[in-house]
Amino acid sequence: MSFINYPAREINCKIVYYGPGLCGKTTNLQYIYKKTNPDSKGKMISLATETERTLFFDFLPLSLGEIRGFTTRFHLYTVPGQVFYDASRKLILKGVDGVVFVADSQVERMEANLESLENLKVNLEEQGYNLDKIPYVVQYNKRDLPNAAPLDEMKKLLNPNTVPDFESVATEGTGVFETLKAVARLVLVEIKKGASE
Amino acid sequence: MSFTQLILYDDQFKQINEVLEKLYTETNAKVLFLVDRNGQLIASTGETENLDTTSLASLTAGNIAATGSMAKLLGEKEFTIIFHEGYRDNIYISIVGRRVIMVVIFDERSSLGLVRLRAKKAGEDLTKIFDDLMKKVESKTEEGVSPFAEITDEDIDRLFSE
Repeated sequence: MSFINYPAREINCKIVYYGPGLCGKTTNLQYIYKKTNPDSKGKMISLATETERTLFFDFLPLSLGEIRGFTTRFHLYTVPGQVFYDASRKLILKGVDGVVFVADSQVERMEANLESLENLKVNLEEQGYNLDKIPYVVQYNKRDLPNAAPLDEMKKLLNPNTVPDFESVATEGTGVFETLKAVARLVLVEIKKGASE
Repeated sequence: MSFTQLILYDDQFKQINEVLEKLYTETNAKVLFLVDRNGQLIASTGETENLDTTSLASLTAGNIAATGSMAKLLGEKEFTIIFHEGYRDNIYISIVGRRVIMVVIFDERSSLGLVRLRAKKAGEDLTKIFDDLMKKVESKTEEGVSPFAEITDEDIDRLFSE
């Protein structure tokens, strides 16, 4: 649910990176943080365990520039991927404007991808959202690994509705900004639709 | 999908700031801020210069969300107040009008009792303002056409051109 602040001339949106444990959600945010001009970003917050697994969420506020005289601020969040942190995942989806599903390309992680996607659908529905209707993109991460599943197969399994999707190697930044731009674009189009209703 | 946005207009912003300024003076607080339950900072006042209010807003909303879930596990509807006591500063967090979170940061120049008392009254005033604001957002008439109805593909492209 975007927040339009007329006095501050700001429009704020919330984007959530979702996916199974260790698929690279935090790495996406870390790369964005590393490569963004200091003027356009706030501090990156990571609530992680001692072993650097996301415990509650990662948070990165990012300004993309002005549109119609309003500064666009995107608040990027990741969820903890590990199955047992479902309560935290639900909370982070509150008020979401756009979702990036990060899939792990390794063949042996395909079941975990499917389980996480199903979990995303269920948790969104609990908040009154429908994955088919919100701004949503898919990222196939870790494409550099030798055990990466064929892309066609991943698309068939994880993106039957053919939403915008991207191959990535988040550790090197490949596909990271393309994914972010695509979801940000869909969110802005949705805001435009909402405003003209 | 319902795409109800929170829209803050100048009139309400002024009223909100008046309530916050009054509370700031009455409680001798260090910082006050208001956050949407989704983590968006709405307004702040006080000694905010060296404070990362954006991160505080996000973490506060996360805190309230987690506390809300704990409440449900205990069969409570919600916990409306959270208090963090530090060595130097304390944080008093309360839910206002079910939708907004009010945060008061104070030190030894104030007291929990005083903050609690004054924050309650300010919360009632803010609830009225936000009720009006939500009515206004739903009616969508007073401010005319939203500037975002006019967003073009070129506007969006320009955002992403390096």
